[in-house]
Amino acid sequence: MGLEAYLKDTGFITTQVNAIIAWARKSSVWPMPMGISCCAIEMMAVGDPKYDIARFGSEVMRFTPRQCDLMIVAGTVTYKMAPVVRKIYDQMPDPKWVIAMGACTSTGGMYRSYSVVQGIDQFLPVDIYLAGCPPRPDNLLHALMKIQEKIGKTKASQFHNVPLKEEGVKLPELNVIQKN
Amino acid sequence: MEQLEKETDPKILQALLASRNDYTIEDALENEMILNMGPQHPATHGVLRLLLRLDGERIIGCVPELGYLHRGYEKMAENMSYYEFIPHTDRLDYISPMANNVAWVLAVEKLAGIEAPKRAQYIRMMIAELARIASHLVAVGAFAMDVGALTVFLWTLREREKILDIWDILCGARFTNSYTRIGGVANDAQPEALAKAKWFIDQFEPYLAEVEQLLNTNRIFIERVDGVGVISKEDAIDLGFCGPNLRACGVEFDLRRNAPYLCYNEMDFKIPTYTEGDCLARYFLRLDECRESAKIVRQVLEKMPQGPVHADMPKQVLPQKDEVYTKMEELIHDFMIVNFGINPPVGEIYHAIEGSKGELGFYFVSKGEGHPWKCKIRSPSFNNIQSLPKLVIGHLISDVVAIIGSIDPIMGEADK
Amino acid sequence: MDLKTLIPQKLKEKFPAVEFEITDYKDELTFKFDKKFVVEICAFLKSDPELEFKSCTDITAIDWATRKNRFTMVYNIFSMKHNFRLRLKADVDEADCKVDSVSSVWRAANWQERETYDMYGIKFNNHPDLRRMYMPEEFEYYPLRKDFPLMGIPGSLPLPKK
Repeated sequence: MGLEAYLKDTGFITTQVNAIIAWARKSSVWPMPMGISCCAIEMMAVGDPKYDIARFGSEVMRFTPRQCDLMIVAGTVTYKMAPVVRKIYDQMPDPKWVIAMGACTSTGGMYRSYSVVQGIDQFLPVDIYLAGCPPRPDNLLHALMKIQEKIGKTKASQFHNVPLKEEGVKLPELNVIQKN
Repeated sequence: MEQLEKETDPKILQALLASRNDYTIEDALENEMILNMGPQHPATHGVLRLLLRLDGERIIGCVPELGYLHRGYEKMAENMSYYEFIPHTDRLDYISPMANNVAWVLAVEKLAGIEAPKRAQYIRMMIAELARIASHLVAVGAFAMDVGALTVFLWTLREREKILDIWDILCGARFTNSYTRIGGVANDAQPEALAKAKWFIDQFEPYLAEVEQLLNTNRIFIERVDGVGVISKEDAIDLGFCGPNLRACGVEFDLRRNAPYLCYNEMDFKIPTYTEGDCLARYFLRLDECRESAKIVRQVLEKMPQGPVHADMPKQVLPQKDEVYTKMEELIHDFMIVNFGINPPVGEIYHAIEGSKGELGFYFVSKGEGHPWKCKIRSPSFNNIQSLPKLVIGHLISDVVAIIGSIDPIMGEADK
Repeated sequence: MDLKTLIPQKLKEKFPAVEFEITDYKDELTFKFDKKFVVEICAFLKSDPELEFKSCTDITAIDWATRKNRFTMVYNIFSMKHNFRLRLKADVDEADCKVDSVSSVWRAANWQERETYDMYGIKFNNHPDLRRMYMPEEFEYYPLRKDFPLMGIPGSLPLPKK
C-alpha cells in the first residue's frame, strides 16, 4: 500500500536490478524442511498459528528440493544420513542457503558418539548456526530474519557456484523487448 | 532403477526381492518395479526409509531400512551416570519428552530401591498424561495431514502449544524438559502451572470434539483410512505391536492397568479398545485415549496431596540448589552424586511404563558403579515399525502414507 | 499355583537334561541355561496352554568384556494371560559367537535379533534376514562391544566431500 500510494502520480521508480531482485528474493524464501529429529517438531511449531512463519513469507515449505532456496537442517545428522543431506542440497537450485538448526546439527551437540557427524559444516556450507537444543520457534524466526538480511545484501556475483566468477563464461544475451 | 541398484546396498535389494509375496493377482503384468521412499519424505515421520516392490501401483514387497537417526544412545548411557542421561531421554520419543523422563527415573528408582514421595508421584502422573495428550494430538494431526486434511494439523498443534505453555511454567523449558529427578521431580509444581493444567483440561474437550467433527464427517478421510492396514489380534501380538496400535486390534492391554506403576491404581479410567485393527480404529482410539488421559489429569488435580517432592535419601537424591549454596552437608552430597553417581546395587532390572507410543522400557545391568554396565532401551516405535511390511502388502502406494501415519512411529526412539 | 513355582517345575519336568540357574531379583524371575536349548524352551513357553508367553518384549545381549563366556543373550518375554514377565539368559562365548534364532517362535524377534547382531556381532543361525539394523552395511565394527571406543574409529564411516 505504501509504495502504491507513494507512486500515485509518477508510476515508476528507479532502482538497481540487484536491489529489486534481492528484495523480492528475501521476502519469499521457500524453505526446504530437512526434518530429521527433535528440531523438526519445533520447525513444525513455527508453522503453527502461534508463531506463524507466514508473516515472513516463508510458509511455503516444499518437500522437494527443486523448489527451495533455503535448507533448514533440523536434527541430528548421522554418518548414514550425511550423503542424503548432501544429495538433497545438491539438488537445490542456486542460489541457496543453509540454516544448521540446533546444537547437534551445528557441532554434534550432546551426541558425542560414534555415529553422529560432529557438525554438518564438515560437508555442507552453512550460513547460520542456530543455538539451542532444540531452539525455540522464536529463535528459528530470528535465524530466518538474519538470512533475509544476508540475502538482501548479497549480489548475484557472490553466490556459490556461480559461473560469473570464472572468466570466459558467456552468459546468454538478454532479450529486451523494445517498444516502437 | 539402475541408479537405485547402484546406490542401494546389494543386501537390502536382495532382502527386498526375497521378501514375502503374499499378494497375487491373476493376470499379473510383468512390469514390477522398485520404488525408494524416504529417508527424506514428508510422510515418513522423520527418516524412515522404505523400499517398495510394486506391481502397477500395488505393493507386493516392502523392506524398511532404519538407522538414519541412530545416535548411539545405549553406548552413551554406558558412559554416563544415571543423572546425566535424563536429558537424553527427552530426545528419545521427542513428541512426549516428559513420559520418557518418567520412564527413566522409575527404572532407576526400581534398581536403586528409592521411592518418590506421593506428591512427586502425582505430579509425574499428571505430566505423563499431559505428554500422552500432546503426543496423540501430534499423531492425529500429522496423520490427517498425510491423508490430505491440513487444517486438523494446525488445530491440534494449537492445542499442543497450550500444553507446552504448562511445561514452560513448570520447568522453564517448553519442549525438552528434563523435569524429573531420581527420587522426585526438579521442583514443586507451581500453583500457576496446576491452575493452567486445570484450565487446559476444562477447555480441551470441546476443541477435541471440533477436531473430531472435522474428520468424522469428512468422507474423503474416512474412505481413505477405513479398512486399510488391517492386522489381526494374533498377528499383532506375535509381531510385537504395542500401545494404542495393539489396543486398536482388540487386545485390552495397558501397562497402567496390567502392571500399575506410580498411583494409577488409585485412578478411575477406562482402557478404550477397538476390534477392527485398521487405520480408522487407530485414529479413533487415539482420540478416546486423549479423553481418558484428560480424565486422569482431572482426578490427579483434585486429589493432589501436599508434601515434599523429593525422597529423603541424601546419598542418592540431588539436593535443592538453594540448599547446595548454603549448607555444607548438601554441598558434599551434591559433589559426590554429580561426580561419582548414585551407585545402585549390583543387579539387573527391567521396568516399563505405558508411554504414549506403547511399552517404553529400560533394562539395566548394574555392577554397582555410577554408570550402568548395560542399558537397553525397549522402544515401542521400533517394534511397531517391524510389522509395516505385513500391513502395507496388497495396498496401494497412497495407503502406505496413511498406514505409516496411523501407527505413528517416531524415528528418534526407533533408531535410538 | 503361583507362577514362580509353576514355571520352574514345568520346565524341569519337560527338560530334565537341562540345568537351570534360577534367580529372583526385585520380583523378576530369571532362568539361565545352555544356549543349545534356547529355541526348544522358547517354543515350549509360548505354546504351553498354562503359560502362553506369546509376546516377546525384547531381545538383547550383555558384553561382560573380561569373562570367560563373553556375551550373555537376554530374552525378555511376557505372558498376557498371567501378566507375568520372564527373563531367559544364555551364555555365548566369543570363540563360538552363534545362537539359534528364535524368530521362528516369535516373529517380533526378527528385528530384535538383527539389532543384537548389529551391536554385538552375535550371529543367529536360521535367521531369515540377518543384516545390520542401524549401521551401514560396510561398517566393520560392532559398536556396543566394550572394546569399541565411544567416539568410534576415525575414518571408518565416510562423509561426502564438501
